[in-house]
Amino acid sequence: MPTVISAAPSLLEMRGISKQYPGVVALEGVDLEVRRGEVHILLGENGAGKSTLMKILAGAVRRDAGSIAIGGRLCGMESPRAAQAAGVSIIYQEFNLVPHLTVAENIFLGRELPSRVPGVIAGKAMAAETEKILAQLEVAIDPQAVVSRLGVAEQQMVEVAKALSIDAQILVMDEPTSALTEKESTRLFQTIRSLRSRGVAIIYISHRMEELFEIGDRVTVLRDGRLVGTRSIAEITMAELVRLMVGRELTEHFPKQRIARGEEVLRVEGLTRHGAVEGVSFSLHRGEVVGLAGLMGAGRTEVARLLFGVDPMDSGSVWIKGRACRPTSPRRAIRNGLGFLTEDRKRQGLVLCLDVGENTCLASLDRFSTFGVMRPRAERAEATRLSNGLRIRTPGLGQRVVNLSGGNQQKVVLAKWLCRNADILLFDEPTRGIDVGSKVEIYQLMNQLAAEGKAILMISSELPEVLGMSDRVLVMCRGRLTGEFSAAEATQEAVLKCALGAPPS
Amino acid sequence: MRSWRPSIMTLPRRLAPYARQFGTLAVLVVLGIALTILTPYFLTVANLLNVAQQTVINAVIAVGMTYVIISAGIDLSVGSILAFAGVVLARALHAGLPVPVAIGAGLAVGIGCGVVNGLLITLGRLPPFIATLGMMSIARGAALLATDGRPISGFGSGFRWIANGQLAGIPVAVVLLAALYAAAHFALVRTKFGRYVFAIGGNEEAALLSGVPVRAYKIAIYAVGGGLAALSAVFLTARLNSAQPIAGLSYELDAIAATVIGGTSLMGGEGSVIGTLIGALIMGVLRNGLNLLGVSSFVQQVVIGVVIIAAVLLDTIFRRRKR
Repeated sequence: MPTVISAAPSLLEMRGISKQYPGVVALEGVDLEVRRGEVHILLGENGAGKSTLMKILAGAVRRDAGSIAIGGRLCGMESPRAAQAAGVSIIYQEFNLVPHLTVAENIFLGRELPSRVPGVIAGKAMAAETEKILAQLEVAIDPQAVVSRLGVAEQQMVEVAKALSIDAQILVMDEPTSALTEKESTRLFQTIRSLRSRGVAIIYISHRMEELFEIGDRVTVLRDGRLVGTRSIAEITMAELVRLMVGRELTEHFPKQRIARGEEVLRVEGLTRHGAVEGVSFSLHRGEVVGLAGLMGAGRTEVARLLFGVDPMDSGSVWIKGRACRPTSPRRAIRNGLGFLTEDRKRQGLVLCLDVGENTCLASLDRFSTFGVMRPRAERAEATRLSNGLRIRTPGLGQRVVNLSGGNQQKVVLAKWLCRNADILLFDEPTRGIDVGSKVEIYQLMNQLAAEGKAILMISSELPEVLGMSDRVLVMCRGRLTGEFSAAEATQEAVLKCALGAPPS
Repeated sequence: MRSWRPSIMTLPRRLAPYARQFGTLAVLVVLGIALTILTPYFLTVANLLNVAQQTVINAVIAVGMTYVIISAGIDLSVGSILAFAGVVLARALHAGLPVPVAIGAGLAVGIGCGVVNGLLITLGRLPPFIATLGMMSIARGAALLATDGRPISGFGSGFRWIANGQLAGIPVAVVLLAALYAAAHFALVRTKFGRYVFAIGGNEEAALLSGVPVRAYKIAIYAVGGGLAALSAVFLTARLNSAQPIAGLSYELDAIAATVIGGTSLMGGEGSVIGTLIGALIMGVLRNGLNLLGVSSFVQQVVIGVVIIAAVLLDTIFRRRKR
């Protein structure tokens, strides 16, 4: 149980923070007060202003108005260096490590310890110091290991170690568990607790509600750039939190509708890519959402990539709408009616420097061109229709997708496949990094698509989502299909058991 | 900054993406005004037409370079391709082939070199810098081999009309350049090809996963680059009445400079053909003006270098402000 030290003095006080971007008010008079030795959760839908607030704290973005005080002393925070000097350290979702340098070199980057010879770095002293910090964290990482060889969880620990090495009093963590396995997350929580007991203030951003109750002491909720309120975690329920975030109560977490199952549209037999996927067979019907569960690295994304023709398969057969076809390229797969909502929408799903309309229509330019010449009016009309239908929140179709929130970006990717009229949809972690409100919207869209007779294969690492939204659940472990359940049979325990490799009983 | 693509935006917003081009245009205008004040010879019809004709070579190459750079590539071989295409064209003319056929042969050489670049980059998976660096040496060597290192000179008046002729008082080359830019701009903002160029440069993987035939389009982009280098060889050969195997040395750098001054991002995904035209004109006007003012060519080099750096620096500062 989280403990709240109510009388603890506040370490950080941000008052009346405002920030305006051209055309958008990102923050308006937001206050944030964080105490020594607490885990302070920062909560809000995507686009609520959490990241901007943290970037202001870290000196990466300049505020238009407001004051920041640490330990009662006003701080300007005009640069990342100034923020560091004031004891603020931030761990971004995308780590700021140099992949080809060692752990020790990364930790001391920019503050290398000098040896007696001027200009020469004291490598041994740095390694020794790093070892000391890592020992404090109780993690076994070699200070001389090259960072690119480390796993995500280890890299995260290196970031934490780096923050400790500069004596950070305030540590900001932006979705630290989004890429970690459950075990690694548990490990991270231990570290966070030990930091807390040493008086470090931790500001923790996450969309995973369960986590907040496990690790948080207090929570501050932002909505549309404004402060909604700060509460003690012990005195609030999840439903209340969700209401604060979205300004409305979400009655049903998973609004699943069952649709009568239609004809078979996809049949896969013995799908194999050595070392990743071994002999996977399943089928997909119209009107059906099939969940594909499993742990990270179980080969789920690889199955989708094989079906979409991104990677070549070693053996196996695929029938689409009764016709045998070998997926050899994404182009061919798309022609056959497949759409692929990738896990990493920024790197694989969107062209960030193009606008909403251009991204929406990217996979179907043939529909909007005559002999290669675009028909902007037709394109605009269709993009408008989809943007309205999916309720994409954007100032206009001409807005670059890089400026949209995660949930809206995901909807743009979805719009791209709807524009193409794909009827076999491969969704890879469709709600990852998306706020609660948008999640429900995505679920509702999945219902609607199923009702229209489309077939959806949904890869997800969130068990509640798999169980809540699927008509059938497939489970993979180490490249193999280890279980198949109907919605009625699928329980958390049964699915997990298969995911861990135990045969279904 | 936003690239020059008013495609599906509402009319009032259409002006916003032009902001960057207005900035570049302002530099050109200021430069023009300054030169008009400094020398009486600048603002004359004869001189301006001269500037236009001087700019043609660089401007033609820079169109292809703009496509290549927007697609997040680079082409270092265009100067050498110019020389190679030029000598093939010259030999074809001396062999007595009709002018259109000879020009076709020259263009084919340029397109062929471009296709090879594209194949090396897509199928060979070489970085564009390396592939075109190799082609730069190969095409130059081929040009020298084909001529034994000597220039080929003296062509019929029919061919030289391309450089000397006039249509309604305007040099033929300038008319053709205007037509080329209109077509190139249209291709970039209003065709599937243009959209794919932006998509590939912005995020190649996302483009591939959206069904864009990335390989074919990349090959096409480098083919266009090579073809336009060959087209500039036609203009240069006609103007000099001579094709030289050492022609076009470091022209690739001029083309990159014009493209970058014009606001195209070396990171890919952003840029415009119109900006490139303005960039090429700034370079042309600058050279012309400095000549009129009697500034030595050594000093000119320094000035042009400063302008390139200043243009990109201003752009960077402008963008940082907006953040």
